Amino acid sequence: MSGEASARQVPVAASRRSPLVARLDRSAGAVFILPAVLVILAFSIFPLLASLYVSMTRLSFSEGGIHLTYVGFGNYAKLLVGIDRTHFLGVTVPLTPLTAVVLLVIYGGFAFLLVRYLRGPGRTVAGFVGRLVTAVIAGALVWLVVDTVMTSGRPGTIVVTLIYVGVDVSAQYLLALGLALLVVQRLPGRRFFRVVFLLPMMITPVGVAYLFRMLTDTSKGPLYPLWAHFGLTDVSWVTNPWGARLAVMIGDVWQWTPFIFIVLLASIESLPIELNEAAVVDGANRWQMFWAITFPQILPATSTVVLIRLIEAFKIVDLPNVLTNGGPGTATESLTLHAYTIWRALDIGGSAAVAYMLLIVVTFVGISYVNLFRRRVTAMA
Amino acid sequence: MVVSYALLVAWALVVLFPLYWLATTSLKTPLDVNGGPFYIPFRDFQPTLESWRYIFVDLADDTFRPYLNTVVVGLTSTAITLLLGSMAAYGLVRMKYRVHIGAIASFVLALAGAVAVVAAGGPWQLALLGGFAFFLLLLQTVGRRFKRALGNDDIAFWMISQRMLPPVAVVIPIYIFFQQLALLDTWAALIIAYVASHLPIVVWLMRDYFQSVPLELEESAAIDGASRYRIFRSIVLPLAVPGLVATFLFVLVFAWNEYLIALFLTSANAQTLPLTVAAQNATRGPQWWYMSVLILIMIGPVIAMAIALERFIARGLLVGAVKG
Repeated sequence: MSGEASARQVPVAASRRSPLVARLDRSAGAVFILPAVLVILAFSIFPLLASLYVSMTRLSFSEGGIHLTYVGFGNYAKLLVGIDRTHFLGVTVPLTPLTAVVLLVIYGGFAFLLVRYLRGPGRTVAGFVGRLVTAVIAGALVWLVVDTVMTSGRPGTIVVTLIYVGVDVSAQYLLALGLALLVVQRLPGRRFFRVVFLLPMMITPVGVAYLFRMLTDTSKGPLYPLWAHFGLTDVSWVTNPWGARLAVMIGDVWQWTPFIFIVLLASIESLPIELNEAAVVDGANRWQMFWAITFPQILPATSTVVLIRLIEAFKIVDLPNVLTNGGPGTATESLTLHAYTIWRALDIGGSAAVAYMLLIVVTFVGISYVNLFRRRVTAMA
Repeated sequence: MVVSYALLVAWALVVLFPLYWLATTSLKTPLDVNGGPFYIPFRDFQPTLESWRYIFVDLADDTFRPYLNTVVVGLTSTAITLLLGSMAAYGLVRMKYRVHIGAIASFVLALAGAVAVVAAGGPWQLALLGGFAFFLLLLQTVGRRFKRALGNDDIAFWMISQRMLPPVAVVIPIYIFFQQLALLDTWAALIIAYVASHLPIVVWLMRDYFQSVPLELEESAAIDGASRYRIFRSIVLPLAVPGLVATFLFVLVFAWNEYLIALFLTSANAQTLPLTVAAQNATRGPQWWYMSVLILIMIGPVIAMAIALERFIARGLLVGAVKG
């Protein structure tokens, strides 16, 4: 890593200082960033390489301990075309008229965006190739989701994870934004609400998972009267795939809405108040003030917190593990839980392969998000 | 106004009811928990402190030691992460970095060399030293041949991408890593692991807060002869207090509650509280009452800290700073 720092915006007045201090000041760029870079680098490279290697091996027990046999891409092949295909990708069925229409509409949208980009002013070859690749991979993922969820097929762990991420992060964002806007008002008692709204995030994830297992118990949980009313006390709700997924998602939304809430709150609170005052003088209503003033200014913070939540949401594991144990069948199993279960069954290589597939999917989503959305937002701000 | 309150109270109930359920469960006997839902103490069931007594008196040291570990590891790692992360974030916001492709290529080549040495059976210490020397050599030769470079945004994305691999995949390598350093089951291992894994989050969050610090202030300080370090310490950090507080809370909460890495890196000495909570899922099924007590004593200090720090996330800290 060689970071050559140069002052971009703040001029440095070095003339009045001793040579040593001046020199230290010139290398400030490196001093600021190198500690963090070195810590992350030292701590990330070895695990990354080691688990890549492990994902290409099979663990076996032999005399005198364990042995790793190199199997190349065998573990990956098992997931994509082999016996674990239904577990990982799901059971796909031939297209029905409904799914065909849905897919056509979505692919049409992709094509429209690509054409619009080609006609736009800022087009470059690299930009087009990047968008084309993005569209192809996103198209494949969309097909997988549509074909396993909207048909008689069965979604695999990758599809379940995508559903969790999509639903959870959007629900959390909308809730958090609403709550943040409510508590920035000068209402009496707002400090109480601010602290209360943070509480779910502070409980250890394992604890939240057990807490929701208590709450969703149909015979001795607090919602017993509700279940009794519908005559559901004997049927465990975990027998219904969508019911179980819904329970997992409610738990996740409950726990992580505070994360987005506090970032948006801090961001709104640190906005200069003059713009709002001027808008009030001009007779703008609240709705206009939000869209014209507040929302554009919190967009950078928004795009950051959503990216962090996206990455973290892909790693959801405690809730499905404790709440439903991934069941019924594998209906609520996320990719991390998938990796965890086969890891417990001592298929270390297979587990690392699942984790690497997850890494590939998250990297794809992350890069697309940064390039297509975040860059535009930060350029605007 | 009324609508606002209705919405606030509604969400507060959604948040508080599960916690209320935790509190009452901690006061129930196993019989009461399994007998069906009982809602109100004294009316529906007779509260008892039996579970609290078990956690504090019977378990005693097995509760207090993890507690101390959690506090020490949580606060130390959060403080270090916040310091290193804010510095890096400030650098990424106000300075321009260019990491040349040649430098990265040199690094990858040197790394491949080191890996080859280890794969061939050489000691890792030698491979590390050799790799480093090789890297410096390459940097002076190959490193300067390419013009293309990666900028600030690429560095930031590289950092956050370190959080993309799920912990399940990295725990074994991390275990071996600390085993080689003879740090297993110590505070240091957990602190290092948490600092490294939470740094990207701090960098990303603090970048946005630093961006909103008015540039005029920094410029006038620079003209007055303040060094960059001084500008950072005396102007930028104080103005970014709301962001620092929010970020501090997050990272503390993450370190406080982390489960999987702690499970692998610690055994008896440095065990943290999340492990104690999970351990209540014994062979006889989850011990809800003990679990509830543990969760409650775990969130106590964090709540206290949130109450104490909440006022820093207040409007108006920046107002007036740029006037005049």
